[in-house]
Amino acid sequence: MPELREIQVPDTGARAAQADELQDLQGEKMVLNMGPSHPATHGVLRIVLELDGEIITKATPDIGYLHRGDEKIAENMTYTQFIPYTDRLDYLAPLANNVAYVLAVEKLMGIDKQLPPRCQFIRVICCELARVSSHLLGLGSFAMDVGAMTVFLHTFTEREKVYNLCESLTGARFTTSYTRIGGVSRDLPPGWVEQCRKFCKEVVVNIDETETLLTRNRIFVDRTQGVAAISKADAIDYGLTGPNLRGSGVEHDLRKTQPYLVYDQLKFDVPIGSAGDCYDRYLLRVEEMRQSVRILEQCLDKLPGGPVNVPDMKIVLPPKERVLTRMEELIHHFINVTQGVNAPPGEIYFAHENPKGELGFYIDSKGGGTPYRLKIRSPSFVNLSILPHVLPGLMVSDVVSVLGSFDFVMGECDR
Amino acid sequence: MTALELANQLKARFPELLSEPQEFRGELTMKVADAERLPEICGVAKKELGFDYLVDITSIDNYGEDPRFTLVYHLYGYGHLRYLRLKADVSEEKNEAPTLTGVWRTANWHEREIFDMMGIRFRGHPDLRRILMWDGYPYYPLRKDFPLSGKPSDLPEVAFTQPAPLMGGPFVTIAGGKDTISREPRVRIPQTDAVDMNARLERRKDIKAAHGEARGPGPIEKAPKKDGN
Repeated sequence: MPELREIQVPDTGARAAQADELQDLQGEKMVLNMGPSHPATHGVLRIVLELDGEIITKATPDIGYLHRGDEKIAENMTYTQFIPYTDRLDYLAPLANNVAYVLAVEKLMGIDKQLPPRCQFIRVICCELARVSSHLLGLGSFAMDVGAMTVFLHTFTEREKVYNLCESLTGARFTTSYTRIGGVSRDLPPGWVEQCRKFCKEVVVNIDETETLLTRNRIFVDRTQGVAAISKADAIDYGLTGPNLRGSGVEHDLRKTQPYLVYDQLKFDVPIGSAGDCYDRYLLRVEEMRQSVRILEQCLDKLPGGPVNVPDMKIVLPPKERVLTRMEELIHHFINVTQGVNAPPGEIYFAHENPKGELGFYIDSKGGGTPYRLKIRSPSFVNLSILPHVLPGLMVSDVVSVLGSFDFVMGECDR
Repeated sequence: MTALELANQLKARFPELLSEPQEFRGELTMKVADAERLPEICGVAKKELGFDYLVDITSIDNYGEDPRFTLVYHLYGYGHLRYLRLKADVSEEKNEAPTLTGVWRTANWHEREIFDMMGIRFRGHPDLRRILMWDGYPYYPLRKDFPLSGKPSDLPEVAFTQPAPLMGGPFVTIAGGKDTISREPRVRIPQTDAVDMNARLERRKDIKAAHGEARGPGPIEKAPKKDGN
């Protein structure tokens, strides 16, 4: 015979009070501050997350912690003096920023078609090295954010080699400031081409190994596949560029569609994603690295001889030994350093396919050696503006996957 | 279709509003006579002419001229791969333009940046707040009458008015101590920590005298009084 139990039935008043309590519990949302110093925010991004349990209901990015006023600074110095500031935009790909900026100034001057072929090839090599290095870092930190430490060690070993190459090429590992208006600061050092070839061979092996660690890794796939899928229309509407745009299936690469330098002479493929989720963006970066290595190898094979600077002393500084011995060169040197190159009045916009996306420079010139207004259209800034749209509905732990797959840099976002 | 054809098509739609397209270094610029009509023009450019991507919005301060500000819009189409630049003047008195967030959602942050840096307001913007500077910052730094060196202003209230977490906190190692115990961050007192390294090491001796040798991790119970009572 079953045991008799006393069952308590709450009266109507008590039930109503309980229901109220429950509703309060359901309606209670928590505000979580992520950043500004959080390892997954890759710098100083702060996101104010409004949470319902573990689900994000609202996300408000807060940027500007690294704002240095680069655009204001640019208005107050000559075009050449601004080159070192471009190192500090996307500080993971300084070489590519250098190239993008001088190409913009050269477009304004109208000398972008007169660059010597050797200079153009060297610049392409610089851009692609920067892309490989930036993607290696992006992959490593992405994987580490979602819990795979080994990948980080793998990619950083290889990235170190890129920095060694940068060091022997430019004299600095990070703050390269390599390009000059009308050329580059110095020619390739002896033996550099062989070093770079060796690197190309090694990095491909490393990329393959990295892929075996991640591409079919159950944990990694679970945390990235289907997370934050961005549709083609949204990607275009929010102005995404670079791998984030191509991940959503838009086949657009400025190196193909608006070819600059010698990209139209080189063979490479532009990978695109199909689902537009974090996993696609990861796969895309891996493939982009392989294509960059392909470009690098072609450039090293085709690398022509000859000068690396435009033969115009009004634009490029004359050689030092002549400055010290001849009057005319001394005058050019003096004018060039004190007043800067003489740019015509006018306005141009130049867009460059940077590792992070479209890095654009809009220069409004009233003539003379300084820009009247220089606007930096940075890919990270625009790419991050989609966060309030993609984050709601995801779990808190997905935020690191999303941020890792977006691969942004705050130095460039805040300028 | 070339960029010039596209520009002329747009001009045919708004003949009284748009100027003749000007070419410089292969780029086309059109001046919009009335900034108020921008959403309408851009809507047509996007829907009928395929300019589906708003690359960038910029503002220029023509200090000392009238109208003072110029807005610059860069349009691009993924279908035809052509650029187009639209420019519209905004006077200092009015200092306002309609928002384009209804046409391209990417305009949101660009317009916030212009509001932050140049002080031009965008009517109808869903969330017009400062983006790079902090809320409550009183100036517009990219205006030409703002000096490069900046102007003094009050900092916003911050979470740490005391030393920041890694400056003199209880878990910070002192470099250069003579042994591990004096280097390790066991018995540090943030309130009395000075910046001077020697003073720190001296104080370390006092702490040792008051509390004996540190035996393990964990905070000490009571901070020793400075003047010994």
